[in-house]
Amino acid sequence: MVAAAAAVEREAQWLTELDSPIGDADHGSNLLRGFTAVRAALDAQDPAPAGPGAVLQLAGRTLISTVGGASGPLYGTLLRRTGKELGDAAEVSDEELRAALDAGVAAVAGLGGAAPGDKTMLDALVPGVAALGTSYRAAADAAEAGARATVPLQARKGRASYLGERSVGHQDPGATSSALLLGALADAADGAP
Amino acid sequence: MTGPRRAEAGTGAGQVGIVLVSHSAAVAESVAELARGLAAGGPVVPVAAAGGTPDGGLGTSAERIAAAAREVDRGAGVALLVDLGSAVLTVRALLEDDELPSGSRLVDAPFVEGAVAAVVAASAGAPLAEVESAAAEAYGYRKS
Repeated sequence: MVAAAAAVEREAQWLTELDSPIGDADHGSNLLRGFTAVRAALDAQDPAPAGPGAVLQLAGRTLISTVGGASGPLYGTLLRRTGKELGDAAEVSDEELRAALDAGVAAVAGLGGAAPGDKTMLDALVPGVAALGTSYRAAADAAEAGARATVPLQARKGRASYLGERSVGHQDPGATSSALLLGALADAADGAP
Repeated sequence: MTGPRRAEAGTGAGQVGIVLVSHSAAVAESVAELARGLAAGGPVVPVAAAGGTPDGGLGTSAERIAAAAREVDRGAGVALLVDLGSAVLTVRALLEDDELPSGSRLVDAPFVEGAVAAVVAASAGAPLAEVESAAAEAYGYRKS
């Protein structure tokens, strides 16, 4: 979570720039507010959350209540559902995390009613989580490729969809931030003892 | 609508509460005022506006929505009407997580017309299902 917050802090400006031509230019600042709050919420937990499931649920709840844009309930739902799937185990296996993220992504798709190809975060999350079976780095790369592949797509969900064909030619900010977060997960996995 | 319980109208107790969720505090407040005004002629149900972010910006605040729903909850359910994007998603996420009073419903209706219909119906004593269908029927009224 700390790696994710750091990635958001590093790239907030870029995410907001991506959000300027086809969105309302707040994706980076919204996520920055959300992840800053997540970091504060985790720091304030005493004793610390019992395991990854509890951390993700707290982070998800915090994102829903602090982001203020659609990315709040979407990422909030992703993290919270993933956390609920993990339960309160102190440690989880890679395979358990993969299955939990699968459920989390399905919950996001259910909440927003989007599918891959709609030029949304799912275009990065779905291939990213599918590649988790290989490695965390493969997942990050697949998400990154998925985010880049949103450039020629026409948006079918959210504010960008009002632009119709004019949304073509821009990389989707939500897919980009999703790739960034899976990149942070890969970094954290690399750094793990 | 079948048999509104006028005797109970306006007492607050047992009435459906209405929450209006917009990206803009001004829009939510104004639509609430419009709906209350058009429902007047008798006591009006509790209506709460949940617009904008806590720092006064445009967006959706989960806290404001949850507080507004608690404020108007009289035990007969709460109908939430929303405008766009994150307003829809935030209410859905709150409902999924049981963070709104029991009997809260996200109503699929146009925001302004649905709000007027919901407040009029609820003020006449209609139960939640009827408030919801009155608001949803506003989609059927074509303007040209």
